[in-house]
Amino acid sequence: MSEITQPSPVAVSLGAVRPLLLNWRRHVPLLLVAPLLIYMLVLYALPVLAMLLRSLNDPTWTLSHYAALFEDVVFAKTFWITFNTSITVTLGCLILGYPVAMGLVRAKTMAPFILVIILLPFWTSVLVRSYAWMVLLGRHGLVNEGLIALGMIDRPIRILNTPLATQIAMIHILLPYMILPIANALRQIDPSLIRAASGLGATPFMTFRQVILPLSMSGVAAGTLLTFVLALGFYITPAMVGGPRDITLSMLIAQQVDQLNWGYAATLSAVLLATALAILAAARHLPGVGNAFKTSMR
Amino acid sequence: MGESGMNGAGRGASVTLADLVKKYDRVNAVDGVSLDIRSGEFLTLLGPSGSGKTSTLMMIAGFEMPTAGDISIDGQSVVAMPPYRRNIGMVFQNYALFPHLTVEENIGFPLKQRGLPKAERARLVAEALDLVHLPGYGARYPRQLSGGQQQRVAVARAVVFKPRLLLMDEPLGALDKQLRENLQLEMRRLHADLGITFIYVTHDQEEALTMSDRIAVMNDGKVAQVGSPEDLYDRPTDRFVAGFIGESNFLPAIVRGMEDDVVIAECDGAIIRAMCPGRPASGDKVTLTTRPERLRFADSAWNATTPQNRLSVTVTEAVFAGERCRYMLQAGDGTSMVLKEPSSAAIRRRAIGERAEISWSVADTILV
Amino acid sequence: MILTRLLAASVVGLILFFLAFPIVVVAIVSFSEATYLTFPPPAFGLRWYKAYFNSEDWLKPTWVSLWVAASVVVLATFLGTLAALGVSRLSRPMRIFATGLILSPLIVPGIVVAIGIYYAYARYGLVGMPIAMVLAHTCLAVPFVVTSVTASLAGLDPRLEQASLSLGATPGATFWQVTLPLIRPGVLVGALFAFITSFDELIVALFISGTGAVTLPRRMWDDLRFQIDPTIAAVSTLTIVLTAALMGAAHYLRKRNQA
Repeated sequence: MSEITQPSPVAVSLGAVRPLLLNWRRHVPLLLVAPLLIYMLVLYALPVLAMLLRSLNDPTWTLSHYAALFEDVVFAKTFWITFNTSITVTLGCLILGYPVAMGLVRAKTMAPFILVIILLPFWTSVLVRSYAWMVLLGRHGLVNEGLIALGMIDRPIRILNTPLATQIAMIHILLPYMILPIANALRQIDPSLIRAASGLGATPFMTFRQVILPLSMSGVAAGTLLTFVLALGFYITPAMVGGPRDITLSMLIAQQVDQLNWGYAATLSAVLLATALAILAAARHLPGVGNAFKTSMR
Repeated sequence: MGESGMNGAGRGASVTLADLVKKYDRVNAVDGVSLDIRSGEFLTLLGPSGSGKTSTLMMIAGFEMPTAGDISIDGQSVVAMPPYRRNIGMVFQNYALFPHLTVEENIGFPLKQRGLPKAERARLVAEALDLVHLPGYGARYPRQLSGGQQQRVAVARAVVFKPRLLLMDEPLGALDKQLRENLQLEMRRLHADLGITFIYVTHDQEEALTMSDRIAVMNDGKVAQVGSPEDLYDRPTDRFVAGFIGESNFLPAIVRGMEDDVVIAECDGAIIRAMCPGRPASGDKVTLTTRPERLRFADSAWNATTPQNRLSVTVTEAVFAGERCRYMLQAGDGTSMVLKEPSSAAIRRRAIGERAEISWSVADTILV
Repeated sequence: MILTRLLAASVVGLILFFLAFPIVVVAIVSFSEATYLTFPPPAFGLRWYKAYFNSEDWLKPTWVSLWVAASVVVLATFLGTLAALGVSRLSRPMRIFATGLILSPLIVPGIVVAIGIYYAYARYGLVGMPIAMVLAHTCLAVPFVVTSVTASLAGLDPRLEQASLSLGATPGATFWQVTLPLIRPGVLVGALFAFITSFDELIVALFISGTGAVTLPRRMWDDLRFQIDPTIAAVSTLTIVLTAALMGAAHYLRKRNQA
């Protein structure tokens, strides 16, 4: 180290200084990232991994927790409900989201207004939005009162605490995650293509089918993937508005932790995590998917 | 450091590049560049994109570390010195003015880093604004200025701390042609006023020819030729330089002999004489080059007083372009040539398919 | 032609209604004077807001939430901005590892994160400590800071930093005088997201807030198990207004930065 105590850096022989300087510069980025990496490893990643490890070593090293899943009726039913709900919700979001995305992109003066209506619920917590649906769907809630007033039913029907309530509330919560990627893809379509199509005699429907829809598929793929993966992990909404027997994977995990069944809870967590990661990995090469999670950050 | 490095050789720094190499991954962006830049000189690094000119400049500025070789300023190696201690002014391609600072604060920025008191700073900033003809613009933000004005502010900022060396990376690239030509003249004036060394990077050969004391033409990470604008235009040593600077005709020929420093070669059955510094052997296959505007139709009313080369050709294309006519010609062996003739009502225009004899001065024929 | 356009517009209108209506209903219900939940309210008043502001049971969790969120902002913004400055210049394998780890809380299901944190924090006696909420929420908030700051760094011309260095500013001076002022909007947006992420977070809170660090969402959740009285509507409306204001600020900052 005696070289760097020389008075002028110019006087130092190059052979001694160059590698030193290079090394120092090369490590600056790592030094900047290191505090966060260490923080997240210690306070988040290692805790989660340690918990997941309980699926393999509770009480001793064993694969029996995973083996048991194959005969586990509760798990099978829960997994089915979770998957089924996610598919229904994703389809619902796609059907409702696509027209809104088109409306958002096509609208001129109304566009900021539409954006606020999409973003306002987006910025509201899941808890508050689920609560709103409790208010609306309850036995004496607005929906029941309205249906009675319209003469469509005679007495209140049960909507709250059914799978339907979960699906409605989840579609409401996840809809913006579908709309925004699709709107992004639509916005990138060159408007001259649409003019060219109609100039060539295509009807608006043909233009949509043959030009707009194919070109927006990257957004549809990203939105669908994002919605589905987020839906898989839903906990608060089904717990608040869903049926008492319609338990999702997340709810089952929470239940098992309450009963201190760590081995089982960890196994279920591993399955849930692996499912989400497998879907993302399978879809990672679809165009637009890489940006999906950036969009998720609003 | 700038002060300690002064060796009394004038206000400008001298710069020496010795076998400079820069590798990115496995590609040599700069591949053994050696160059002596004299104190107070306006030197241009000219070349197409990817020729290594910008990488060379970045190494002089200190943003890139050379893979091998050495850079010295006023005889002292600066390779180990970080950019902020090199005391070199630099003007960037898009000016790189700080958008969050006013013009005044931008120009005062280097003075603040050097710890100058506020009053002194204000005086020097005003002086610099005068130098670039922008007095009274100090309180504006860069985005409120036109492209040309931003460029001047960038120059003012780069020279306000009186560096002995100014680097410029395509500083006029983003401007339109008219403005560019005005600012070229202004750069020359600034160079004369300041007396410091300028190293200027451009891909625009006209710009390089107009402004530079010397030009280093770069190609493929190497210096193809260094010389004054006249040197490079009249005596290119290299086929790339002849083709990159101005327009050139290339004639394949076979060497038949030498007369002093003039080579005698055979081209399409005709004997062509060319200037040649080296001594090629008889029978060598060589390329001769000559400029289109130096060719003449031999039967025009123009009397040559110097030794001439002559060749028979056919006119394949004729274009009238205002101040001159441009002809595409073809020699018997299929070689295409271009001839540019000043236009005049007194000169007969050639028709396509016409056979003609052309002539040009031996002094304008170079073996490359 | 006009008919199809009208039809399309009304379909979009209905879906937008579906999006906005539940939140509007909550806001209206919060101004009800009725003692039970009914719609439309028989009379309007501030009864439930008074109930909220006069109840220590509600105010205490509010202060806990605000304190936790404010601390998360400081910690997440500091760590996240630092990391964003370095992450793009890391070697490729290191960069993939770092971005994977930093962004993973966005992908890993909330329940998995929550019970993992609960599992480890419980061992060290951290359950029920407000500081534990800060530590855990920072992990969830940091991805927003890193992406926001990374985005503004990507929009930063590297030549500005080079210019600063060439003008004699040291790397430190360059950071404070050039880089930081130019990425400040991105840092502020990240900080706002961090605040909201923590302020709205429930799942982790359910497991580790215990009895000593009950946050506002946790308090609302507990209350909802027994009743859905309009106090929650008032609290919800207040949080909607707060988040909307912060998000509006973030949106404005980002738009201004792009201009």
